[in-house]
Amino acid sequence: MAGGFVEVSNVSLTYGGAGGTLAVDGLDMTVEEGQFAAVVGPSGCGKSTLMKLATGLVRPTKGTVQVAGKPVTGPVSMAGMAFQNPSMLPWRTTLKNVMLPLEIVQPHRSKLSRERAAYTQQAEDLLSVVGLKGFGNKFPWQLSGGMQQRSNLCRALIHDPKLLMLDEPFGALDAFTREELWQVMRDLHQKKRMTVILVTHDLREAVFLADRIFVMSARPGKIVVTRDIEFPRPRPIELTYKQEFNAIVQELRSHIAEARAAA
Amino acid sequence: MSSSSPTKGYDWTAIAPWLYAFVMFAVWEGAVWIFKIAPFVLPAPSKILEATIQFWPAIWMNSIQTMWTTMLGFIMAIIGGLLLGILVGWSRTIYAGLYPLMVGFNAVPKVAVIPVLIMWFGIGSIPAVLTAFLIAFFPIVVNVSTGLATIEPELEDVLRALGASKMDIMLKVGIPRALPYFFGSLKVAVTLAFIGSVMSETIGANSGLGHTMLAAQSQFNMPLVFAVLLALAVLGIVMYVLMAWLEMRMTGWAHRSSMGQ
Ligand SMILES: Nc1ncnc2c1ncn2[C@@H]1O[C@H](COP(=O)(O)OP(=O)(O)OP(=O)(O)O)[C@@H](O)[C@H]1O
Ligand SMILES: [Mg+2]
Repeated sequence: MAGGFVEVSNVSLTYGGAGGTLAVDGLDMTVEEGQFAAVVGPSGCGKSTLMKLATGLVRPTKGTVQVAGKPVTGPVSMAGMAFQNPSMLPWRTTLKNVMLPLEIVQPHRSKLSRERAAYTQQAEDLLSVVGLKGFGNKFPWQLSGGMQQRSNLCRALIHDPKLLMLDEPFGALDAFTREELWQVMRDLHQKKRMTVILVTHDLREAVFLADRIFVMSARPGKIVVTRDIEFPRPRPIELTYKQEFNAIVQELRSHIAEARAAA
Repeated sequence: MSSSSPTKGYDWTAIAPWLYAFVMFAVWEGAVWIFKIAPFVLPAPSKILEATIQFWPAIWMNSIQTMWTTMLGFIMAIIGGLLLGILVGWSRTIYAGLYPLMVGFNAVPKVAVIPVLIMWFGIGSIPAVLTAFLIAFFPIVVNVSTGLATIEPELEDVLRALGASKMDIMLKVGIPRALPYFFGSLKVAVTLAFIGSVMSETIGANSGLGHTMLAAQSQFNMPLVFAVLLALAVLGIVMYVLMAWLEMRMTGWAHRSSMGQ
């Protein structure tokens, strides 16, 4: 079964011990190295749980998780993560917030004080990529929600993670900002070629960004459909108005409707 | 400063506290004169002022003494409260185990503990310092541990997925986050420490404002009793204002951002 960068094999997880909530059951999932994967499914089906399993934040009750060929027994200690809630630290400037992972992940951690100027430059470059040029010395509460979410993305990316986990990061944004950030995400993935797992409720988002989409069933969640998206890259945003694009969105929509009805 | 509308004239809110205090004392003075209240029942503010001037050296010396015991107890409470607060906030297991114990400990009225302290350490400053410490450390513990325990779980996930240790999370997030809670608790704690040391002084001490008050009371020197009360009020306000100022200085960000949103 080896090969994938992230390998989730027959995983079940019960929250709160025996008799607790069975969140996911018999989950199988393979994401190749450098692939952009998206996970969609009904609300409460265990998507966030899947993210925590894949990063080792929770241990499966049954089954195994492998990342980069190694069994996951604890937090993977290299994954960049971003959630819907930006959760910036209000006492740090945006730049300092973005640079937080560098204070934790090796080898940056031990190099940071010596090469602070270079790292600061790197963070500022990343901020300008997401459209936050010149906002580095602002505090998070001086930024709009969309700007905070952009800096949240930067924080997840600053240490060049090989695995990027995004849990509905664009969920709370307006349509224009969202589509703009899709393109930012697309370009970043194109450039860095990290493995991405994106949880989303937005099927258009999934189809536009992902190479492979996993559809989950209602709780207890498992993968019911795996759909590869073959559109050539780089994908222009106009793709989202095309007939063949919307056909896939409709197809996924009916899968989710089935999954919900089956619950 | 606080009035946003460009009203003509003077901003009264700045001097309002002084004005109200003045009115209160004036009414007090007037009432004592009009109803001819005897000085050993309720002395007029003018009489209290007289007593303050007459006994100034004693009041001053004993204020210093009370301040000193309060501050010593308060500093001990800060150190103890911070350490215990960090310990309690560190993990849910410790929290679950220690919290009920502390609530029980806090429920014991400290007046009831003072005799024990006096038996152990004798009459003097030590029981006063310890009472101040015992009474003041609880709010610090509660606030610090709350600040630590309410780290956003998502942020904790982000950091743990990066390989952060518990220590990293505490240093980078928990402790900075707990600071506003900590400084907020100092206002309460310093007032409590003050109450503690004065209480202890009235039970068993040979100096301090509490002791002065007891002495004045046994001599039926009501003006002096009130002079001491006034001195206590002034000291209490000074310490509170100091801590409130410190809180503003240290944790400005917490007032401008809505924490934990
Ligand atoms: N820490 C927890 N303790 C107990 N139960 C939990 C915990 N986290 C999640 N659950 C339960 O597990 C199930 C799956 O939760 P999860 O957060 O993974 O869903 P989700 O697919 O991310 O939902 P949404 O789309 O609404 O974000 C839910 O029924 C939830 O109640
Ligand atoms: Mg979720």
